Amino acid sequence: MSAEEVVIHHQEGESGSPTLSLVEKRERSHFGFRRWKNRLAHGLFLISTMIGVIVLGALLWNVVKDGWAWVTPTFFNNFASRLPEQAGIKAAFWGTIWVIGLTVPLTFIFGVGTAIYLEEYARKNRFTRFIQLNISNLAGVPSIVFGILGLTLFVRLMGLGKTVLAGSLTMTLLVLPIVIVAAREAISSVPNNLRLASLAMGATQWQTIRRVVLPYSMPGILTGVILALSRAIGETAPLIMIGAVSFIAFTPGYALDAFTVMPIQIYSWVSLPQPAFQHLAAAGILVLLAMLLSMNAFAVFLRNRFSKDK
Amino acid sequence: MKNHSLGTAGRFRRSRSLGRTWENMIPKLLLACALISVFTTLGIIGTLISETTSFFSQVSFGEFFTETKWTALFHESQQHFGVWPLIAGTLLVTGIAAIVAVPIGLASAIYLSEYANPKVSKVLKPILEVLAGVPTIVYGFFALTFVTPLLRGLLPEMGVFNALSAGIVVGIMIIPLIASLSEDAMSAVPKNIREAAYAMGCTKFEVALKVVVPAALSGIIASFVLGLSRAIGETMIVTIAAGSTPQLTLDPTESVQTMTSFIVQAATGDNSFGSTAYGAIYAVGMTLFLFTLVMNLLAQYISRRFKEEY
Amino acid sequence: MSQATMTRNAIQIKDLDLYYGEKQALKKINMSIEEKTVVALIGPSGCGKSTFLRTLNRMNDMIPGVRIDGTITMHDEDIYNKEIDVEMLRKEVGMVFQAPNPFPKSIYDNVAYGPRVHGQRNRKILDEIVERSLRQAALWEEVKDRLKDRATGLSGGQQQRLCIARTLAVEPEIVLMDEPTSALDPISTAKIEELIQELKQKYTIIIVTHNMQQAARISDRTAFFLNGELVEEDKTERLFSNPKDQRTEDYITGRFG
Repeated sequence: MSAEEVVIHHQEGESGSPTLSLVEKRERSHFGFRRWKNRLAHGLFLISTMIGVIVLGALLWNVVKDGWAWVTPTFFNNFASRLPEQAGIKAAFWGTIWVIGLTVPLTFIFGVGTAIYLEEYARKNRFTRFIQLNISNLAGVPSIVFGILGLTLFVRLMGLGKTVLAGSLTMTLLVLPIVIVAAREAISSVPNNLRLASLAMGATQWQTIRRVVLPYSMPGILTGVILALSRAIGETAPLIMIGAVSFIAFTPGYALDAFTVMPIQIYSWVSLPQPAFQHLAAAGILVLLAMLLSMNAFAVFLRNRFSKDK
Repeated sequence: MKNHSLGTAGRFRRSRSLGRTWENMIPKLLLACALISVFTTLGIIGTLISETTSFFSQVSFGEFFTETKWTALFHESQQHFGVWPLIAGTLLVTGIAAIVAVPIGLASAIYLSEYANPKVSKVLKPILEVLAGVPTIVYGFFALTFVTPLLRGLLPEMGVFNALSAGIVVGIMIIPLIASLSEDAMSAVPKNIREAAYAMGCTKFEVALKVVVPAALSGIIASFVLGLSRAIGETMIVTIAAGSTPQLTLDPTESVQTMTSFIVQAATGDNSFGSTAYGAIYAVGMTLFLFTLVMNLLAQYISRRFKEEY
Repeated sequence: MSQATMTRNAIQIKDLDLYYGEKQALKKINMSIEEKTVVALIGPSGCGKSTFLRTLNRMNDMIPGVRIDGTITMHDEDIYNKEIDVEMLRKEVGMVFQAPNPFPKSIYDNVAYGPRVHGQRNRKILDEIVERSLRQAALWEEVKDRLKDRATGLSGGQQQRLCIARTLAVEPEIVLMDEPTSALDPISTAKIEELIQELKQKYTIIIVTHNMQQAARISDRTAFFLNGELVEEDKTERLFSNPKDQRTEDYITGRFG
């Protein structure tokens, strides 16, 4: 502290008398006030940060309070119904599983393929920069616009109808930038001397990628894929756009079946006026959050499991 | 390069095998993956432009941009297509979100980057990440069943659907985005600049406010712009909590309709393809897309153009 | 350069120029390298010795903007001929790098990597190759009971010998070594030097070193590079005891570099 104060005095041009004690100097400067301001700011910053924590707590408490009692076996085994006591999420739950099940391989292949191309093959030219710029812009396009694209392109133009496949394709385009960014980061973190070692032994570039680069970067890639999926699981608007409907009394049997997903089911319950449906919505949210949480836990597990080895 | 006229002993040659062909195919396949994102952008722009054009063959440009009444889903004789109420609704919600998210997000970023010890940020950061991962449908539920009743306790005359509640929750949604991007920008400020300020006797608050924030300003402002762009495109929270009354108002207690919630309303209604109301989806979608595109490009420009060279 | 002996030349370099964009990094290099000898490349850093080493297995190909003139001949073929399959060339011209760079795989999988890449799938043959290569690299006794362990768990010196074993597993004729001991402690360095003496019975070894004592200890011939030029190349004893060029003498007596 004292050194700081002395310097301050220099700055303020008050240090003419060397006989002042440090305490006197402190009183002369505005240090007391400045320190008080610092403390106040510290408190305010902390409170601001805690707002996030508090909101998360309130949100969870609100959902649990409303929905906990409604998460019952009936809730999982029944389809949507006009009678809240008999309504369940069976169709939505399996619809979500279907959509995600189709989205995973599509995003993985296209996303990792793009990342490999950009990191390992693409020359650093204008075209490559254009692709990169395009990807970062796509990441900022509102999801509902992807819904408009899916509706026009997949549902109508390609004639897929309001099906699981159309939903999955829309979701894939939506979350692709997330996977690409994560996969590129993972791939670029592979030490270059491993690539050189492989090439110097006469491995081709693709052999090097497949046997060295991808295994090394897989944990990062998978973390990105899971991140993208947790985004996809919670997305509502694009699937509303492509016409996933909520009153469906069957589970999809193949990729060209009509479907609904959890967030849409929740949405349709939220929009109903009777309070009982708000409880159903909360129960649905609990299931949705549980799915998200377990996926994120899995991502953390992957990260820890593989990061030890490096 | 040069002439080669040596013999063809063939020691280092391999017949053009299947593996060779495959090796040459791979970059092309991967390039095809990378082009998907380019085609996605083209698809979005293409569908929006073509459908918007046909919309404007039925509704005049002038009406769209000068009229102040939006009744696209009314009976044909009473239809008005003045987009301003939707833009006003969107900006009102976004403005409220900005009032919530900018100070809290920035304060959180300062706290995490300048004040928090590593142990605390190790707890707080994952919480912010969870907050960022909460699906928007859940936020919508939270707005309707928690924030709105709370606000109506304070402002009893306010309706169930209002811009205030939606705006606050949209703001909460983008806090993590602003906080984490701003914190990244501040963490990138080199330590020695901070140490120079501390050595002159500055308090933490002074260092943060007069040294770190100015140094990281471009990144911080870019984070605000990105956050607000996200707010403009947010759909489910406003669809659930802000209502569906397109009106030109700045009163946050009123029910409003945003561009996104109109799109959802029109898509879930029974408008037949080809009708003017249906075409309005694309015209509004185009407006929304342009809004967010400009903001995203602006954010990129700010963070690139004013990037400090440390 | 004595061509009187009956031993064959493993590599013949004629008028080799190399440019990084505008900058010329190698100037008119002419050199012959005999089979089953150890050739040391010495010179101050930035003199082009590592660049030269990497022209021999075309590892410079990957650097954008590199241009090469002149010829490098192995087995009567110019390795820069367009028809040449780079992968086949690199199978014959192995390389050991400055810092040990084992793959984050098991010891076994590291050594079996090359053979597998070149199409060997037979488990028994792979076992044999792994054992033989590890023996050649004087590592077998230390790791034979833990072939399934991760290679990254080995000590630095062991890792470097593993990298040598990995290189030998594809049975190259020539082994390039780019300062292979610069990241190692003296005991590990001594082991690698000993190993190089063993390996020259079977392989042609070209080693870049910044350590003149090492060059004197292990090589048959030494080439001195300066500013992209090959100043002098001769039998090692002669180069160190009686250099012909003043610049060589200045360098080995420590007047610069």
